[in-house]
Amino acid sequence: MKSVTAEHLIKTYRKGNVRALDDLSLDVEEGTVLTVLGPNGAGKTTVVRILATLLAAESGSASVCGIDVMKHPEKVREIIGLSGQYAAVDETLTGWDNLVMFGRLYHLDRNAAIKRADELLERFSLTDSARRPIKTYSGGMRRRLDLAASLIVQPKVLFLDEPTTGLDPRGRQEMWGVIEELVTGGVTLLLTTQYLDEADQLADDIVVVDHGKVIAHGTSDALKREVGGERLEVVVVEEHVSATLEIVARVSGERPSYDQGLHRISTPVTTGAAALIEVLRSLDSEGIHPLDVALKRPSLDDVFMALTGHVAQDEVPAENLKKQKGGRS
Amino acid sequence: MKNAVSDALVITRRQLLLLVRVPEVLIFTTIQPVMFVLLFRYVFGGSIVSGQPGGYVQFLMPGIFVQTVAFTLAGTAVGVAEDMTKGLIDRYRSLPIARSALVVGKTLGDSALNIVVLLVMGFTGYLVGWRPNSGSLKIFLALLFLLAFGYSLAWVGIYIGLSAKESRVVQNMSFLVTFPLTFLSSAFAPTTGMPRPLQYFAEWNPVSTVVAACRQLFGLDNLFGVTAGSFPSRYPLTMSLIYMVLIMVIFIPLSVRKYNNAAKR
Repeated sequence: MKSVTAEHLIKTYRKGNVRALDDLSLDVEEGTVLTVLGPNGAGKTTVVRILATLLAAESGSASVCGIDVMKHPEKVREIIGLSGQYAAVDETLTGWDNLVMFGRLYHLDRNAAIKRADELLERFSLTDSARRPIKTYSGGMRRRLDLAASLIVQPKVLFLDEPTTGLDPRGRQEMWGVIEELVTGGVTLLLTTQYLDEADQLADDIVVVDHGKVIAHGTSDALKREVGGERLEVVVVEEHVSATLEIVARVSGERPSYDQGLHRISTPVTTGAAALIEVLRSLDSEGIHPLDVALKRPSLDDVFMALTGHVAQDEVPAENLKKQKGGRS
Repeated sequence: MKNAVSDALVITRRQLLLLVRVPEVLIFTTIQPVMFVLLFRYVFGGSIVSGQPGGYVQFLMPGIFVQTVAFTLAGTAVGVAEDMTKGLIDRYRSLPIARSALVVGKTLGDSALNIVVLLVMGFTGYLVGWRPNSGSLKIFLALLFLLAFGYSLAWVGIYIGLSAKESRVVQNMSFLVTFPLTFLSSAFAPTTGMPRPLQYFAEWNPVSTVVAACRQLFGLDNLFGVTAGSFPSRYPLTMSLIYMVLIMVIFIPLSVRKYNNAAKR
């Protein structure tokens, strides 16, 4: 059964005449995780806002657990949880204050709201900081509290809009742990992210969104398959770049790409380890010693690059990519 | 409907809890009007001839009361704008609560703040010689009247807060509304000294009518605002009530609509 459906959603923002959603459709099977993956400005947040009844689409339809979000938004609000890009909690109040207040807003009586707040603080390892104002919390703690606030009444569907954007690696790991636990508990989850490893880690299903359109849909493995096989990467000092480019091109039969910032040459290969050995032999016979060499399975970065022609984090036209220091190629 | 009320009260509770958790807000909201009382009483007061037994302070206090409730509009606006930029408004809008809950709750919370501030000011006024002589019932009514005016203005604050593009400019935007309203009025000085067009503005100004109404309720003749003999200066209570209703009739629907269409910035 589908828990979330969105069909042919169109939304244009008057300001700047931006078409945020351009005939976008997606659905989420009950009890699974769908990741909406895309760069900034791809329309991820707009989809979430429409599904969470915060925004009306111009056309198209959407439903959560079979309830039309445009016709019965108040019913949808009873069964969803939403946690956004920003920790939407009152920073001057304590974590406990916030959760009790939200509990009251979910119409729990005071005792039940207190009980639930204590449970959630315990579950998200926030008990020690429960009585401190949120402005003293770390980024990761704020997000966990924000997530806790969306779980006061166990939602049937949870929307997480970029839950780890802006967190340090440890905060992300913690957040992932919490999300994985929720998924194990059986919640239906729609998650947006611009981090490819996050989609890889958490999602059953991935839709890749760019400029308000779904440009690919499938499991992480399926998407990787779509991009093709492995990639060979060689890093050499600058003076050997052109010779190395020639060798790599000859062995792979492809035009390799070159990342100036990292002095990294990379290309898809079909023969895997054999290609690696051949490249190394040729380099050795030319007297070139690579600084680094690797054979990589495609990452979702590559998927994104292959699908959109630009990397996921920035909105840079492909032709400018090489000027970007550290840009992926 | 029952939920709409209880939801709003939860938000009001949040506002009050903020005062407990951040007592500085209460302290600074109170210090400013107390400073105004002392400033006008001792710096300007000596030069203004009130013709009133008990002196200028009898005229001043109603003026400062009204100015104070008008200035809390800025606090309301800033609070809403911050909720907006921090995504709290989105969260509230995704909850199964009445759409009116947040804005109604906020305006009520800010009225509660006004109660505290008015009491502190009344006490300060007493210390510097303010002696209303109309009896406790009328004094109580005057305070209610001030709270009602503050409540209607809180809706203007909500509207400004929801409309602003940047929470940092909200304070200034609010000041742009409250500053001319409170000073181009009969709150601090008689309108007689003003140029003729300004006199009319000052006498029709809701701040003047509320001030005049309070002066009546505190047992004073309203000598500061009858020069043009306009309707508002002759019937300040009626006119003030009309203004309050008018402000709410305009700004409640506008604010609720803004809230419903609010998009996080």
